[in-house]
Amino acid sequence: MRVEGKAVKFGDNIDTDVIIPGKYLVYTEPEVLAQHAMEGVDPDFSKRAREGVVIVAGKNFGCGSSREQAPIALKHAGVRCVVAKSFARIFLRNAINVGLPVVEADILNEVDEGDVIAVDLSSGAVADLSKGFFKPIKPFPDFLLEILRDGGLVEHLKKRGFGK
Amino acid sequence: MLPGFTMAEKILAKKAGRERVEPGEIVEAEVDLAMVHDLTGPLTVEVFEKIGAERVWDPNKIVVVFDHQVPADSTRSAELQKKMRRFVADQGIKHFFDVGRGGICHQVLPESGLVRPGMLVVGADSHTCTYGALGAFSTGIGATDMAYVFATGKLWFKVPPTTRVEVVGELPRGVYAKDVILAVAGEIGSDGANYMAIEFCGEVVKRFSVDERLTLCNMAVELGAKTGLVEPDEKTASYLGANPSSMGEVVRSDEDAEYADQRVLDASGLEPMVACPHSVDNVKPVSEVVGTSIDQAFIGSCTNGRIPDLREAARILRERTVSDGVRLVVIPASQRVYEQAVREGLVEVFVKAGAVVCPPTCGPCLGGHMGVLASGERCISSSNRNFVGRMGSRESEVFLASPATVAASAVAGEIADPRDFLGD
Repeated sequence: MRVEGKAVKFGDNIDTDVIIPGKYLVYTEPEVLAQHAMEGVDPDFSKRAREGVVIVAGKNFGCGSSREQAPIALKHAGVRCVVAKSFARIFLRNAINVGLPVVEADILNEVDEGDVIAVDLSSGAVADLSKGFFKPIKPFPDFLLEILRDGGLVEHLKKRGFGK
Repeated sequence: MLPGFTMAEKILAKKAGRERVEPGEIVEAEVDLAMVHDLTGPLTVEVFEKIGAERVWDPNKIVVVFDHQVPADSTRSAELQKKMRRFVADQGIKHFFDVGRGGICHQVLPESGLVRPGMLVVGADSHTCTYGALGAFSTGIGATDMAYVFATGKLWFKVPPTTRVEVVGELPRGVYAKDVILAVAGEIGSDGANYMAIEFCGEVVKRFSVDERLTLCNMAVELGAKTGLVEPDEKTASYLGANPSSMGEVVRSDEDAEYADQRVLDASGLEPMVACPHSVDNVKPVSEVVGTSIDQAFIGSCTNGRIPDLREAARILRERTVSDGVRLVVIPASQRVYEQAVREGLVEVFVKAGAVVCPPTCGPCLGGHMGVLASGERCISSSNRNFVGRMGSRESEVFLASPATVAASAVAGEIADPRDFLGD
């Protein structure tokens, strides 16, 4: 499973309130949430992300609330993957469940905004194609990788005939 | 010889049907109680339907609480609540707390006795870690995970390592459980306990009431933790109206349990603490921020909207008034807390002081309603998060403190030291 996109950089502790402010939690529609993705730090983010981007961030990405609207907003805004030094645990689970690839790698200081980042989840590597470096990443347990491959937990369960 | 186990490990092992579990291991465990509220419930139900599930695994083990946008503040919220009411009726969900019946979920579940020691509880809200104050393993999850729990009663968990925080000494006057947890946040950092359980212990925690322990565990997630835990004791039993032997399955950490980290905090030297914008670990003693002007003060939330919190605030506000140019919003955490506050005359104190007292709701804590902030405004709040835009405009600022510090600041019109208002 491989994804690629231009890097959009953020710092440490990007919390779920800036990813999708609380006032939008009355919405569950992905396309509405997407318009407000990252509004708390970058009101123009959803326009920039449209062509497909990879977020590169520091530590504790997604800290705060359990709102699943956060990874939904990012995914539907055009974020193909989030590469961060570390993730808050609820966000990590939610991202996998909604089919937004997330990988732990500390590359923030080596990457420039706009660099082309490629992530191969299956072999476990992240690469900056503009700079020509790559780093191995800690691979996911197989069952989580399968959920991501299927595009999220809903599709994963459907594929396995859940509820039938 | 093998080392002993922590409370977190023991509860997860038991619920996973295992002899023992190790930190880092992934296990599937049976959930005892699952909670959603009006903002996470609708998404959970959507996913529940998408995966083709028809009936919930156990309608007696699901709790639905309306607390975020209540009473409905828009047609949008009203529609979501209507949808949840229908789901509750269709599925025969037993524990449903509608508008005027409950309050903030993290007060309602403990006070109604639904959470018992030794339980494995999940909630579609990050502050679900609060219930660890009763000796349960309790953690926040998202809507899709919750839909899976609704359908199966099970979920995968990564067994967390445990950090032990021992609070010793004697709390000085004007210093509360909130100041303790803010001090811990300042020391450990906002991701210092990422994916861990935090066990709070020591003489100060033993002396704390369950209400105060709820405040401690509530903010465990602000350090990245999966749950906070306090060993159940006779205070837990009395809070639950039960005998120590029948209150639930009392689980204690073994003396030779292995901890990832152990810290000791001497509370005797603590000052009232304030978490400054825009991060919960940006903590300073109140003396360093005294005099900072404010536009709003908020007493409430799942962290500090309980009866002892309102009592301390009322001690300061009695026969005083809120400063001109400042709005004070007070929100009791539940109907029960509200009723008690009325009975004790606390609501009268607040109203006379010039505060607005709102019905139980999360309200402005997450920028929902009932006191959101405009650009350039500053609020001192007894809640749990001060992220950019948390309480409204992304150009507003939030300072976190104890209800006493918030009340003192509301009177002074600027951040103030509660010890100057409390007498001896």
